[in-house]
Amino acid sequence: MPVSKRIEVNDLNVYYGDFLAVEGVSMTIEPRTVTAFIGPSGCGKSTFLRTLNRMHEVIPGAHVRGEVLIDGNDLYGPGVDPVLVRRQVGMVFQRPNPFPTMSIADNVLAGVRLNNRRMPKSDADDLVETSLQGANLWNEVKDRLHLPGSSLSGGQQQRLCIARAIAVSPDVLLMDEPCSALDPISTLAIEDLIEELKQEYTIVIVTHNMQQATRVSDKTAFFNIAGTGKPGKLIEYDTTSTIFTNPNVQATEDYVSGKFG
Amino acid sequence: MSTGTIGKRGAARRPQANSLTSGQLPRFFELYALAGSLFVAAGLLAIMGFNVVGWLVASAILYLVSLGAFSSIVENRRRATDRVVRGLVIVAFLLAVIPLVSTLWEVVSRGIPALDWDFISTSSGATFDPSTLKVTVRYGALQSIVGTLIITGIAAVISIPIGILTAVYLVEYARPGNWMARTVTFLVDVMTGIPSIVAGLFAFSLFSILVGPKAFSGFSASVALSVLMIPIVVRSSEEMLKLVPQELREASYALGVSRFSTITKVVLRTAVAGLVTGVMLAIARVIGETAPIFIAASFSNNFNADPFHDPMNTLAVQIYAAFKFPGQDVAQSFQSAWGAAVLLVILVVILNLIARLVARFFAPRGLR
Repeated sequence: MPVSKRIEVNDLNVYYGDFLAVEGVSMTIEPRTVTAFIGPSGCGKSTFLRTLNRMHEVIPGAHVRGEVLIDGNDLYGPGVDPVLVRRQVGMVFQRPNPFPTMSIADNVLAGVRLNNRRMPKSDADDLVETSLQGANLWNEVKDRLHLPGSSLSGGQQQRLCIARAIAVSPDVLLMDEPCSALDPISTLAIEDLIEELKQEYTIVIVTHNMQQATRVSDKTAFFNIAGTGKPGKLIEYDTTSTIFTNPNVQATEDYVSGKFG
Repeated sequence: MSTGTIGKRGAARRPQANSLTSGQLPRFFELYALAGSLFVAAGLLAIMGFNVVGWLVASAILYLVSLGAFSSIVENRRRATDRVVRGLVIVAFLLAVIPLVSTLWEVVSRGIPALDWDFISTSSGATFDPSTLKVTVRYGALQSIVGTLIITGIAAVISIPIGILTAVYLVEYARPGNWMARTVTFLVDVMTGIPSIVAGLFAFSLFSILVGPKAFSGFSASVALSVLMIPIVVRSSEEMLKLVPQELREASYALGVSRFSTITKVVLRTAVAGLVTGVMLAIARVIGETAPIFIAASFSNNFNADPFHDPMNTLAVQIYAAFKFPGQDVAQSFQSAWGAAVLLVILVVILNLIARLVARFFAPRGLR
């Protein structure tokens, strides 16, 4: 059973080469909560999300200054292996991306198999079943586990990606606009799933859908950007109900009430 | 609402000219025009003296001109342009196919008579009959088949790992604009343009330095072929690896998978069908090389399966030698060249079929 963890961010700056993309973010994310990041496009929500498991390093030239602590361990300390970080902090992407060469079952086991870990067949079958059940997908696919992952619908593929992410038992789950490519029914399925996953995982979700933020999250962070070429900043971070009913900053109120963005 | 109502309403309305119509040629006009121009061209040429090539060329021109003229009178300019350009495209296609089909026909029709089991299973040689004092020359292709397979095989073993690893470096490791990557890309581009005979001279002189005079060997020819093959493999593999979606790499990294495993088990695995196709094209490109093998491995009628010593023959070299240095029975020598040509074509087809099977077997499951 994964142990959900607290994330602490202290004065984090994110750069693409020389360009400062996100400036001065500090926040604390409590375990077993859902935190939503909202804000206009290009304000650095996704960029900041990626720094929580060092996925931004995939982009050449991206680097950070500042501290990200997960239960007190600095992700950017000397000698930290990003591969180990990503095993603790899983991620689900905007577009469902199951591995096209693998079956449904193999996709779930991808994290284990690709890491060259051997697993007895019965354990592997159990892991496939518990992960798919955890992602509310088991009943839909249990009779066709050997079929390719790409044979599923978009919403099912996204839940397959969530099953794949939780199969490596991370402590934190990052979701980068997980429903933006899905229809309302599939979105509802994912939102229900987030509600359940909250019991065991710390979840951070980026969303453009403010109703979704109010539906699923406990706390909300509003990011904004002053103009093109300026860095994105964390404007306000509070409980979701405060952000949407009684925000402290005018820009937040304008954004959530639809005056801009 | 039923269809009856719609029908009634349509009948009630006064018929009215549709402003969206324009003039139109009859449905099979292009076929009529083709038949007409063939006929007219035949008639014209019958007056001046008939020949097939002139007839086809004249009909093609007549066809295009008449089609354009009729269409621009009856229809409009856009339609006329469309018909003429479509005609031109078909003519270009036929022009491209003619040499291909005629080569294949020539090779097969002349080569098949030379093919029998003896030709494939024995090597060339001469026998002396002491009672009649007569020398009989036998033509066989076994030494060339074996030589082709060995030389091309070694070249593939050298080039495929080097080529694919270079492509992996360029796509997965080098950052964009990195000086090393730019240098490698530049050198690969230059290597693509190396004339094959230069590659042969390079291998020959390299082995002359290493081994000394009479450095002919199959291995030396393999080195020459790999010089030609590596850039092709690098180029095609690079394109294939670039086609693997970045999202799959990210998905793998996000599962805590190392870069090495991501590349070997996700990127290469996803691209394997394309990689195999690229490698096959490279092999097909070098298997028919003559000049570099002629220089580096010389030629020989003796059976030699040792790639490190003595001259070795390949099918392409056998064709060349049989035409350039025919034996006393010239006709038989020429026929053996055609036989070797057919064998070479068959070999390439077999390799292509194998590659297609492998590619299909490894193709991403959803796409099968």
